[in-house]
Amino acid sequence: MTRAPSPAVLRELALTEEEYQRSAQLLGRIPNPLELGMLGAMWSEHCSYKTSKRLLRELPTRGDRVVLGPGENAGVVDLGDSLLCCFKIESHNHPSAIEPVQGAATGVGGILRDVFAMGARPVALLDAIRFGDPRDRLQRHRLARVVEGIGFYGNCIGVPTVGGETYFSQEYAGNCLVNAMCVGVTTRARLVRAVAAGVGNPVLLVGADTGRDGIHGATFASVQLDDLAEERRPAVQVGNPFLEKCLMEACLELCGHEALVGLQDCGAAGLTSSCSEMAKRGGVGIEIDVAEVGRRESGMTPYEVMLSESQERMVLVVERGREAEIQRVFERWDLRSDVIGRVIAEPELRVLDRGQEVGVLPLSVLVDGFSERRPPAAMPESVLTARSEDPCALTPPWGLEEAWLRLLASPNCADTTWVHRQYDHQVGDDTVWGPGSDAAVLRFKGRPDGIAITVDGAHRCSLLYPARGAAMAVAEGLRNLAVAGAEPLALTNCLNFGDPDQPAVMWQLEEAVQGLAEAATELGIPVVSGNVSLYNDYQGESIPPTPVVGLVGQLAISGLPPGPAFRASEDRIVLLGEGAPSLTGSEYQRLTQSGVSGPAPDLDLARERAQAALVRELVHSGILHSAHDLSVGGLALALTKGCVLGGLGALVRLPSPESSSNRPGDPYQALFGEGSGRYLLTVSPDGMSTLEAACRRSKVPLTDLGLVGGEVISFSGLARISLNQARDVLEQSLPELMESR
Amino acid sequence: MPVRVGIAVFPGTWSERDCQHAVTLAGGEAVFLWHKERTLRGCDLLILPGGFAHGDYLRAGAIAAFSPLMEEVKEFARRGGPVLGICNGFQILCEAGMLPGALLRNQGLQFRCQPTHLRVESGQGPFMSQLPVASVLSIPISHGEGRYFADAPTLDRLKEEGRVAFRYCSQEGELGSNHNPNGSVDAIAGILNAQGNVLGMMPHPERACEPLLGSADGLQLFSAVLPQLVSR
Repeated sequence: MTRAPSPAVLRELALTEEEYQRSAQLLGRIPNPLELGMLGAMWSEHCSYKTSKRLLRELPTRGDRVVLGPGENAGVVDLGDSLLCCFKIESHNHPSAIEPVQGAATGVGGILRDVFAMGARPVALLDAIRFGDPRDRLQRHRLARVVEGIGFYGNCIGVPTVGGETYFSQEYAGNCLVNAMCVGVTTRARLVRAVAAGVGNPVLLVGADTGRDGIHGATFASVQLDDLAEERRPAVQVGNPFLEKCLMEACLELCGHEALVGLQDCGAAGLTSSCSEMAKRGGVGIEIDVAEVGRRESGMTPYEVMLSESQERMVLVVERGREAEIQRVFERWDLRSDVIGRVIAEPELRVLDRGQEVGVLPLSVLVDGFSERRPPAAMPESVLTARSEDPCALTPPWGLEEAWLRLLASPNCADTTWVHRQYDHQVGDDTVWGPGSDAAVLRFKGRPDGIAITVDGAHRCSLLYPARGAAMAVAEGLRNLAVAGAEPLALTNCLNFGDPDQPAVMWQLEEAVQGLAEAATELGIPVVSGNVSLYNDYQGESIPPTPVVGLVGQLAISGLPPGPAFRASEDRIVLLGEGAPSLTGSEYQRLTQSGVSGPAPDLDLARERAQAALVRELVHSGILHSAHDLSVGGLALALTKGCVLGGLGALVRLPSPESSSNRPGDPYQALFGEGSGRYLLTVSPDGMSTLEAACRRSKVPLTDLGLVGGEVISFSGLARISLNQARDVLEQSLPELMESR
Repeated sequence: MPVRVGIAVFPGTWSERDCQHAVTLAGGEAVFLWHKERTLRGCDLLILPGGFAHGDYLRAGAIAAFSPLMEEVKEFARRGGPVLGICNGFQILCEAGMLPGALLRNQGLQFRCQPTHLRVESGQGPFMSQLPVASVLSIPISHGEGRYFADAPTLDRLKEEGRVAFRYCSQEGELGSNHNPNGSVDAIAGILNAQGNVLGMMPHPERACEPLLGSADGLQLFSAVLPQLVSR
């Protein structure tokens, strides 16, 4: 046993006493402070995935279209004709809770670097953001500033923010979620790996100068937020999108250059992580002389240089003797590029300061030496009780009409134009469907196809049914792609969970990953990249389990897909699919009851897959006048949106009682129930027989709901709201809330 | 021979490829001109595209206005060559003194990316002569600093000389504060220089060249100006 540094020092490094002992044992000596700092960063949850790694192995990662799965900076799928699509989602939750503008901005900056590090030009950004109740001033402030930060970075760098999800619930009040997804395109010839190879090849650091900002960012992401969070503000980096734009253009210019061996973004844990990971992938080592690293401030120690998380930096390995060819490109963009080290044969990260060795760690210790954690998992008893309650048994606090209007006014249902009009969603000239659509759709110039992208967070029923909630997110993504006419290619995921040392959270995590794995397998959508964010926890309260999935699909582009807006009077309104509406975890339940209760919402993955195939076929056949998937807000919201967007009323009947599982005919459940497997479609009266025949062929049930027309949205004679009122509520709720003091 | 259209590229420019696409759709040939160059490579028309040139540090367009390329652009315009500044390009033209006035932070201080309608206000010069006055174009905006401002004497002169090119309006062509997305003085969305050969506008016509993307009205601008240059 060696005597460990004080608990305070270890805590600062996010190392436990056992981990300290383990490192000393593996090294056969006591690590010096620099080495300890590097170990702390690399063994942190953020870099090592020590708690989640074993679970992630369950996710299906292979598929016909998968070129590169998890393990690289981003996943890559084949779009055909030599075009590749590269994408990933990542969290920036803690920084955004503390410094919303810069936290969100650097989240966007980081995910962009992950994509252009692969040699792909970023073509789209999406975000999933979650906050507490926006009636609370602090939450409004966070939302406004996070939106500002996302816009600040994306707008400036010129990559369109084409979609996303905004969600509010009290449980996110202490710890907001900011997940950013980036999609890029490249060709096989330009694809770059983040690998070091060729002993003697120089290692270059390019882009921003290195400063003291962001030191311990990785470790900060791996502990709970607490009241001392304010003091951690210096661990949040400051973004410079202009610099990143130049860096991106220069790197993209170099991709495909034969002198470029490997390219890696310098993100969490800075040079320590980027160099050790590149070396590890290449089966070599890297030697760095910190004296060669361009500094932003004087007097920085090797420790600070190796752990700085200064943004807008990339690490390159290039062929020896050809540095000048590479450096010329950076010069043209007025960017600094420094040779800071070289590839070595020994599989280790060696740190020098003016030629003197100040630290050396074998990669077997630094990258792989951590021990995987298996904190106990246990389902809380309260879950069982809540599962057995019947959400329909409670007397509704409002009449059907009032409930409908209150639902529309909820920020989770209301129109989010206030958010996305602050994002440039058109730059690049490829955005066919922008934010606010079921899925974002981008075309490729000069090709007959395009991609559809969607980001979906787990359903709220996850609190009781983490596996079901996660699977429902994948199914929702599939439906969103289907109404755009797109076939899914692959998905990326961001697992946002609380403190894994709480058995309840560990149970949620295990369940959710299982649900995700099952849905991805059954729906045939491989997982090609992802990120895990744990310790989303404030004052002992963990966030609800919130896996977020980003799906990318491909479609033939012949014209605009139908979209959710109703198109013509007398059109028939139909419900495709037979998922039973459920109030468990629904928005209606959130508004009327505290907590989540009730039986698990139905989910039939095989049925989802067959229905999505049919909907794609119908979308491309051109017979649909509108198509929209049912999710949050259930039938009530989908119907109202169709009416408001189309400027037309509707007359609908209650769906037949058989389709409601536990309380036949309950109008609240029929209108506000959520769950999977349903689409709202409209067709012309003439198109109805074609639609019916197609559904019969595919054995997918179709329910006739009623007709488009008039100035009123009327539901079975039980409730009616005027089109104008519905429009005002949907469009004005969020702006009014955000402009209130 | 197609018309050669030079598209300036500053560090931080991001709509050069969008402009290239629009120029190609209109039948022209696009050439990128790097900000450090001192040649226009025989171009017949110049576009200063959107973006955040030099990060818009100091003020939007302030640093780009001093680029070596801009000296050539000024000389080209002085000799009557047509120059179109879009968004950041408009800001650069103002900073370079090629157009009067300035572009301030949007009213409400938020970035705005949304569809807008523009009323054609002038028939002067190569850009405007083919567009019917009082017609309405649907062209989107995307900016944080697009609120046009000029002092009263300058505004009077712009109006007298028919140099207001576009105003923000409703779909039907009516003016009103709820159709003015950024609080521009007099709802001005674009202006001309005294000779009419330099047009600066905040909206992005290059984003409105195909019905698939929401509008093809912007293509009218490119399609109107290019044929006039063939005979040059």
